[in-house]
Amino acid sequence: MEKLKNVKWNHYLNYIVVAAVTVIFAILSLTGVIESSDKYLLEKVAIAITLAVSLSMVVGFLGELSLGHAGFMCIGAYLGGKTAVILEPVIGEWPALIVSLLVGGIVAAVFGMIIGLPALRLRGDYLAIVTLAFGEIVRSVFMNSSKESFGGSLGLDTPRFNKDILFVIAFVMVLATLAVTQNLIRSKHGRAITAIRDNEIAARATGIDVTKYKLLVFTVSSFFAGIAGVLYSYSNFTVQSTKFSYNYSIEILVMVVLGGMGSINGAIIAATLITFLDVELQTILTGNLAVLQDLIYALILIVLVIYNNAPALKNFREKYNLKAFINKFRPHVPSKHKDDEAKWDRVPTKIKMDEVLSVDFQATSPYTPDKPGKEEK
Amino acid sequence: MEFIETLINGLSIGSTYAMIALGYTMVYGIAKMLNFAHGDIIMVGGYMIYVGLTISGNPVISFIAAVLSCIILGITIEKIAYRPLRGASPLAVLITAIGVSYLLQSSAQMIFGSAPKMVTVADLGSISFSGLTIPVYVLVTLACSVVVMTALTLFVKYTRTGRAMIAVSEDKGAAQLMGINVNRIIMITFAIGSGLAAFAGLFMLMKSPSLSNTLGAMPGIKAFTSAVIGGVGSIPGAMLGGILMGVVEAISLKIPPIAPYTDAIEFIILIIILLVKPTGILGKKRREKV
Repeated sequence: MEKLKNVKWNHYLNYIVVAAVTVIFAILSLTGVIESSDKYLLEKVAIAITLAVSLSMVVGFLGELSLGHAGFMCIGAYLGGKTAVILEPVIGEWPALIVSLLVGGIVAAVFGMIIGLPALRLRGDYLAIVTLAFGEIVRSVFMNSSKESFGGSLGLDTPRFNKDILFVIAFVMVLATLAVTQNLIRSKHGRAITAIRDNEIAARATGIDVTKYKLLVFTVSSFFAGIAGVLYSYSNFTVQSTKFSYNYSIEILVMVVLGGMGSINGAIIAATLITFLDVELQTILTGNLAVLQDLIYALILIVLVIYNNAPALKNFREKYNLKAFINKFRPHVPSKHKDDEAKWDRVPTKIKMDEVLSVDFQATSPYTPDKPGKEEK
Repeated sequence: MEFIETLINGLSIGSTYAMIALGYTMVYGIAKMLNFAHGDIIMVGGYMIYVGLTISGNPVISFIAAVLSCIILGITIEKIAYRPLRGASPLAVLITAIGVSYLLQSSAQMIFGSAPKMVTVADLGSISFSGLTIPVYVLVTLACSVVVMTALTLFVKYTRTGRAMIAVSEDKGAAQLMGINVNRIIMITFAIGSGLAAFAGLFMLMKSPSLSNTLGAMPGIKAFTSAVIGGVGSIPGAMLGGILMGVVEAISLKIPPIAPYTDAIEFIILIIILLVKPTGILGKKRREKV
């Protein structure tokens, strides 16, 4: 019991919520309450969460902008889908699913590592453009593939998995993504990764292997993007390369930024919200109005980023934010660990000159030069 | 003969890219930001030409209107979206720029609809001499680019404002201490870049008359790629990179087995050049400071 008390429950809250949602919907699906369109929506939400959480590792924690996340997803979708097509008649539905998930994830991870290599030499904007270029290369390769290999411009026909089960599998994958990402971020390695984000040179000087960690983050992130791609191929009848354009990468980025960079829970909430709104608004907004949605996303993106980052708004931001608002209603609990509470940016740095001077020059004591050998005593 | 035709065609595509790349590279050199919305300013320029043509029917007047509205748009974007973020992290600025690009694309679609518009600026035909057949618009594009680029180079080298731009790109703080109004210089840079984007919009409409809200997206990305290849921040680098990119594109489109992969080839060249020389062909190495 004592051990349970020490567990930081809020660290595991998101697992519990995701698992609870999965179980509830699984029961609802067994009893036949939810329709198949809702199940498709659930699959979409799970895929979006996997993508957003994995991208948030690169953007929010490593601090590098990747605009090619859809490219990794594309690799996963095509290779996983192809594996499923080949293996399903041979070894059955379930083993094929597991093998194709692994194949899609691992191949995407290998490409993530390859794209991570230039990332070590480039930074910021250059890296963004290289990842963007990578996404376009991947898309154009699959688009121009022959009809026998990956279906070319018509797309690859993939097996559609049982709708009653696929969304559960997708949510299990979300849990796996969360487990890996959160454990990595909260470990010693995670602190190294955020140190690289905050100041790469200082991190290098502290002895952090920047190369290793950048590669690690890119590889893990693209692995889960690949997994999301495989899930996508299973939840749709065809995989088409037009889906994985630069705009889709931006959509994932919007999720990460909306959720708050460096916040996994934020990414989950934003991914759920945006996917849900996407589907719901599609039926309401038709024709030219359909663009209204993109317009609003763009506006929200600009306003949020300016609000969160503008140097002129710093004081305003500290006064009025969600956390401060929530804390108003919370009883103040002093932390057990005093060190955690210390506000290091408020440590007084002013040196009291009188005290310093009084040690060396005391007007009352006579001046006596040190004699040799005095210190040996 | 066909090779020379391809080469001239490549030079014309390349000078369009160079025109766009100049806007990217000047803004990058001075504001230290990648203006993702630059490609979409080309699109706005295209639409302005379309609007001008439907109202007045005169290509020259509509082109001048397009240049002016692009300049105003560029200055407005800088003032509203980018200026508040000066001093914030580069990632934040980059994401805002992506947001602006998205905003421009979707508002254009809202206003003009998603169906592409057919815009015939002027039917110039083509001329042929000694076995070569060259469309006139190619020559117009080439001549225009040479004039504009020469003017820009002279402007940056010999005028007070141009030198102030070089100073700001080298050291913003020191330039400010020397009495240069940095905000004004950045504004002028955005204005010049956006004006050049309107030129690029005209060139692209002369080449193919189809106008949609994604007109500037792909050329924008390719032009930035060529700016990076040439060395971002360097004006001759942008010209060199743009021309190189255009020639590669024209040649690659002529070879049937690799023609569908043209975009991929251009991006692979970018990745290779960045791996070999991360600062680009003419880029200067900048030492990092703690």
